[in-house]
Amino acid sequence: MSDLAIERKIDRSKMEVSDEVAIQINDMNKWYGTFHVLRDINLTVNKGERIVIAGPSGSGKSTMIRCINRLEEHQAGDIIVDGIELTNDLKNIDKIRSEVGMCFQHFNLFPHLTILENCTLAPIWVRKTPKKEAIETAMHFLEKVKIPDQANKYPGQLSGGQQQRVAIARSLCMKPRIMLFDEPTSALDPEMIKEVLDTMIELAEEGMTMLCVTHEMGFARQVANRVIFMDQGQIVEQNEPEEFFNNPKSERTKLFLSQILGH
Amino acid sequence: MSDSVAPPKETFRLSMLLYDSRYRGITIQFVVLVLVLLALGWLARNAAVNLAALGKPLRFDFLGDTASYDINQRLIEYTSTDSHGRAVLVGLLNTLLVAFMGCAAATILGVIGGVLRLSSNWLVSRLVALYVEIFRNVPVLLWIFVCMFTLTAIAPAPRAFRGDTPEASMLLWDSMAVTNRGIYIPEPLFSRPLGDLNLGVFNVSIELIVLLAVLAGSLFAMKWNNARANRIQTETGDRPNTMWMNIAIVIIPFLLVLIALGFHIGKPELKGFNFKGGINMSAPLIGLWLGLTLYTTTYIIEAVRSGIQAVSKGQSEAAFALGLRPGRTMSLVILPQALRVIIPQLISQYLNLTKNSSLAVAIGYMDLVSTLGGVTLNQTGREMEAILMLMAIYLTISLTISGTMNWYNNRVKLVER
Repeated sequence: MSDLAIERKIDRSKMEVSDEVAIQINDMNKWYGTFHVLRDINLTVNKGERIVIAGPSGSGKSTMIRCINRLEEHQAGDIIVDGIELTNDLKNIDKIRSEVGMCFQHFNLFPHLTILENCTLAPIWVRKTPKKEAIETAMHFLEKVKIPDQANKYPGQLSGGQQQRVAIARSLCMKPRIMLFDEPTSALDPEMIKEVLDTMIELAEEGMTMLCVTHEMGFARQVANRVIFMDQGQIVEQNEPEEFFNNPKSERTKLFLSQILGH
Repeated sequence: MSDSVAPPKETFRLSMLLYDSRYRGITIQFVVLVLVLLALGWLARNAAVNLAALGKPLRFDFLGDTASYDINQRLIEYTSTDSHGRAVLVGLLNTLLVAFMGCAAATILGVIGGVLRLSSNWLVSRLVALYVEIFRNVPVLLWIFVCMFTLTAIAPAPRAFRGDTPEASMLLWDSMAVTNRGIYIPEPLFSRPLGDLNLGVFNVSIELIVLLAVLAGSLFAMKWNNARANRIQTETGDRPNTMWMNIAIVIIPFLLVLIALGFHIGKPELKGFNFKGGINMSAPLIGLWLGLTLYTTTYIIEAVRSGIQAVSKGQSEAAFALGLRPGRTMSLVILPQALRVIIPQLISQYLNLTKNSSLAVAIGYMDLVSTLGGVTLNQTGREMEAILMLMAIYLTISLTISGTMNWYNNRVKLVER
């Protein structure tokens, strides 16, 4: 995949990894029926970390991050997000979901609401923010992703890249502490990939804790502080990007990297 | 600009009417229009000539003649000495009555059924599926017969209610009687009545008008109350609970007016051979209503189910990821989008039900077809006029329904680029 998408210099001054734990996953297992999707996942994410999760399709990358905000249920093991344990308790699930933002491959904007309404819906109904304040926050984040002038349009009237940036702004309006990205650029063409990656880099530069499932190896190399490689539901290897790309340890990782970087 | 060129001059040749893509369409449409008008003109002339030969020119004065037949189920005053025109009006109102009752009941049952059809409870969803498959795959006329004959065969005759140890008993604290002649339900009565308002064609009780006016006022106040709640939500973020206040706004003035008018309930009572008092919903009305409702509900269930399923799973996932609860997700995200799929199907089901209500003729419910297209037609021999009127009236009803629903559909439509 291309490294070309990122051209700008990245400001690392605020990209600090703290000692505080943001997400703790212990021995997590998940099955779809009898199919074992996730096997013994152990992962600790500290605040301020920028983690890229790579791996072949069907390896369980998306399923893993979807478990973190309970879009998928895990059957064994613990997930602790920001000190809150993810159990069947609805209150805990609500708390975690309002701490964790998520962006999807297909954006999933609400097509019957304007861009602004998309961004204010959750703050108004979940956080009980006064509407005026919610609108101000929404405009702030829309300016940040550089589309304030589209605020009163509907998602169907925007390009894919713009829609994904709105989706990011929509998540940010809930002021999350952790952001999950599930292949945010896979449905976009190269020019739009760049605008979305730029937005994600800005977010990283501000010190956001991020977990990204992506095939953008340029992003992994330059922004991530850790790359995780998954295959067949297991974490096969994790390392700093430099080591990961230049000196992969397992055969499976080498094969994957040779395929993905080979052309 | 000096170097701009004038657009090329068009020269029009007659052959362009056939071979130029711009004019070809217009030419064809013109030819079709002429042919259609010729065909219609021929049909109309043919009908006029033949009717004249039979000595029956197209005239509608038969509507003023005495009808001299009885209609037992009616919403307005009518006796057999009234005119055919009035009989037609009674029939039209009966059609509208059963269509309205059917649409309302089918919508309520359909929405509930549609949600249950998607229930994760295996038994519930399969039971609804079974109901849908059984009822929509048998002609509606058979269901109307089944409902009608079940009622008349199984329900007791009025005389069964008589005596010290009656075979049948009334329901709901002796206020409702299910008999083979129909269902008798309590009627609202006023001890301080205000009289009737004569609208020329029929009378409307002033109590009804007053009650409707009070309700309209209450709805207006409710709107104001909701606007107030919205304003408070905009300013402080907390939405005050409007439910109790809204309930009070609607119920209290209504109750006060009812008390002022001396409202009481008139129970049906057995007198002689039949029940007197109360409102009689005749057996054919009940049978037709149930048959149409049970049949049309299946289609509305499927419409609601497909509407909810047409909203992609990603929508609810995105809402969940933002922290919205399932109930709010349904009302704020899923249903508004499902409506655009549900409404067009709902329109055609309302139209189907309204038109299917003409099957009333099979069980003796005096609807529009039974009066105008049945007894009136047979008595006066005015088949051309009667059928034309029937078509015009059904067309008007159907176009009104679809016009209203399309207007609503446009309001909930998605904006695309």
